[in-house]
Amino acid sequence: MPVLATTIDAGWYLVLAALVFTIGAAGLLTRRNVLVMFMCVELMLNAVNLTFVTFARELNDIRGQVIVFFILAVAAAEVAVGLAIIVAIFRRRRGATADDLDLLKDPTA
Amino acid sequence: MSGSRDLLHLAWIIPALPLFGAVFLLLFGKRIGEPVAGWIATALMSLAFVWSLVMLVSLLDLPTEMRASVLNANVLWSWMPAGALHVDMGTFADPLSITWALLVTGVGTLIHLYSIGYMHGDERYSRFFAYLNLFAASMLILVLGSNFLVTFLGWEGVGLCSYLLISFWFERNSAAVAGKKAFVTNRVGDVGFLLAMFLIFASYGTLNYSAVGPGARSVSSGTATAIALLLLLAACGKSAQIPLHLWLPDAMEGPTPVSALIHAATMVTAGVFLLCRAHPFLDATSSGTVVAWVGGITALLAGTVAILQPDIKRALAYSTVSQLGYMFLAVGLHAYTAAVFMVLCHAFYKGCLFLGSGSVIHGNHDVQDMRVMGGFRKYMPYTAFAMVVAWLAIAGVPPLSGFFSKDEIISQAFLRDDYALWVIGIVAAAFTAVYMTRLIFLTFYGNERFRVAGDGPGAGSGVGHEALPVISGGSDDGVAVLDHDHTAPAGDDDSDPSPTVAYGDPVPVPNGHPPHEAPGIMVLPVMVLALLAAIGGILNLPFTSMEWLDKFLEPSFRGVPAVKPDSFAQGFGLEMLTFAIAACGIFFAYKLYKKGLEYADRDPLNEKLGVLAPILGNAYYYDHGISKLVGGPGRATASWLNRVVDAKIIDGAVNGVGHFFELLSRGVQEIQDGHVRRYAMGIALGTVGILLYVVLWIGR
Repeated sequence: MPVLATTIDAGWYLVLAALVFTIGAAGLLTRRNVLVMFMCVELMLNAVNLTFVTFARELNDIRGQVIVFFILAVAAAEVAVGLAIIVAIFRRRRGATADDLDLLKDPTA
Repeated sequence: MSGSRDLLHLAWIIPALPLFGAVFLLLFGKRIGEPVAGWIATALMSLAFVWSLVMLVSLLDLPTEMRASVLNANVLWSWMPAGALHVDMGTFADPLSITWALLVTGVGTLIHLYSIGYMHGDERYSRFFAYLNLFAASMLILVLGSNFLVTFLGWEGVGLCSYLLISFWFERNSAAVAGKKAFVTNRVGDVGFLLAMFLIFASYGTLNYSAVGPGARSVSSGTATAIALLLLLAACGKSAQIPLHLWLPDAMEGPTPVSALIHAATMVTAGVFLLCRAHPFLDATSSGTVVAWVGGITALLAGTVAILQPDIKRALAYSTVSQLGYMFLAVGLHAYTAAVFMVLCHAFYKGCLFLGSGSVIHGNHDVQDMRVMGGFRKYMPYTAFAMVVAWLAIAGVPPLSGFFSKDEIISQAFLRDDYALWVIGIVAAAFTAVYMTRLIFLTFYGNERFRVAGDGPGAGSGVGHEALPVISGGSDDGVAVLDHDHTAPAGDDDSDPSPTVAYGDPVPVPNGHPPHEAPGIMVLPVMVLALLAAIGGILNLPFTSMEWLDKFLEPSFRGVPAVKPDSFAQGFGLEMLTFAIAACGIFFAYKLYKKGLEYADRDPLNEKLGVLAPILGNAYYYDHGISKLVGGPGRATASWLNRVVDAKIIDGAVNGVGHFFELLSRGVQEIQDGHVRRYAMGIALGTVGILLYVVLWIGR
């Protein structure tokens, strides 16, 4: 049995997805630049996509792939809106540090 | 036969024609202008009349027992499919609705025609016709609807048009106020209609006439009585019955064709129609007695008020209230055909009287005070002739229509052993004769009191009065305006909402110019209506083979026992007795007014009545009383509600909820600090927490 013919076990895909997700989550929590936080969110979304595709193949269920399409569509929309917001923030503030953007807090607190 | 039923399903065309006219004229009326806009409206009304005639023929083509059949109803579309409540937009063509449709379109066409002449030169000419058409459409929806809600749609529609048309000359404050008064008073009645519909739906699960009719006896008598009385409240509002009658006399602020069409011939009979439609509720309960007494009392009291009104239109308005009382009396006695007969005849003679009075006002330079009229028959012979015919008809002189219609109602009261109501009916008939004779003699006979002071027999009228305010729109400087300008008379004091000519002072100013006859386009409808008022009685002659209306309407009132005189002699005797008393009334008023008035501010009847005169002249101070009540304790209550209930209790509850949650949130509002990353951390920790819970506790 040639080594080349081996398939990669589904578990590895899941491990990869978990790693990517963790990187994304950690980045989201630690980084201050809004643009970077935004990219982290994309990482998390794609990690989830990978999980869905893996399970779709493993369980022989096409619905997992269908959901991925939805996530891609929503993510695209989110990018459009999110980037527009970030650009708007850059224009007004000459910077995009998330911790400065706290206008929505209770002013009395 | 099925062909005629298919035709009956096209009854929706009758309201559709004037509705189209209303929309068309509202959109393009200004561009079309006078007189084409008026002719378009009139043509559409006459088409609707022709179509109503087609409906009548198709109805007569059906065998008698099928004429009020459920199959005559036609669903146009599903209007409100809301769960258990399912209401269709549909028509129901039966003898009752078609009778009303013929009346509305027939009399309506004549009044449209008259308006072409009457509204000549008005700056909102085409809008007037748009409103008239809209009114006709609403009224036709009201009568042709297949369920209570469609009728209610038309009911509100006619209320709206009534408001728009009463205050058509809204530059005049009194007209604007009168419109509001009519609208608000009608709302009181509408509450009754709405509550009745809620009850009907709760009891039957449907609002269709076809389902409600046979089932009136299947609900508890308490529910049926409540429904009947609530519908009576609605009818009292629309048909100006006591205690909601007070808007109708003020409604005379509108243009006279409006008074004729809406406030005499058609809309005010909507209450009678509603009660006729809902007659199973009256038959199943004893609430008919209440209806009859409301009608009887209204007929009598309004009649007593009418005898002293100096304003020709207000006198006719109180007369209308009184005649509507007769119709309610008939409905309450379960003599529905008699009520419908009265509606028809009343539309003819009162339509004629109103249009005639419109010609008088038009020809008399917009002065409508009878105290400065007199001798008009010389100047407007056609109008005078028509109004004299209508006067004899309403007074109940045989063989004119009013004799047959009114005497049938009064006889029914006797035959059903309701002697108190019978006496009330007779006395009211005597008052009818008195006030109508007074109106005719003050206007068309006697001395000519319209000449300026020092120039005629009525010269003494102004003596002893220093201020002689103008009593009507038109000329406020004493110079007659020959070219009628129907737009707002500038002379009216904007702060004074009192009616055009109130009882008592102010003493009218003679305008010094002889009146002139109305143009042909106005004379023709008056003449046609006078003819109908004269011969309308043949619709339902009290001979067994000639009670055509009885026979025609019988399918709509199936199961209502008819009470007939025991013998022809008894019926004849009853009618002759009523006529004799009416004749006494005519004679009495003739004696008083045959020479007119010696002094324009001295009414002989006024002086004869002594202390009673101001009470009757001011309509029992009912309006004053309502104003005092609403203005005094009513306003105080509202103000108290505003200060205490609204500010303390309602606002207190609302603000209290707010304060409660504010307190509750004081501790946790620190968390909302606006830091996105902290929020993200919260979400992450929360997710981890939930996952741990799922894995550790549930997955265990």
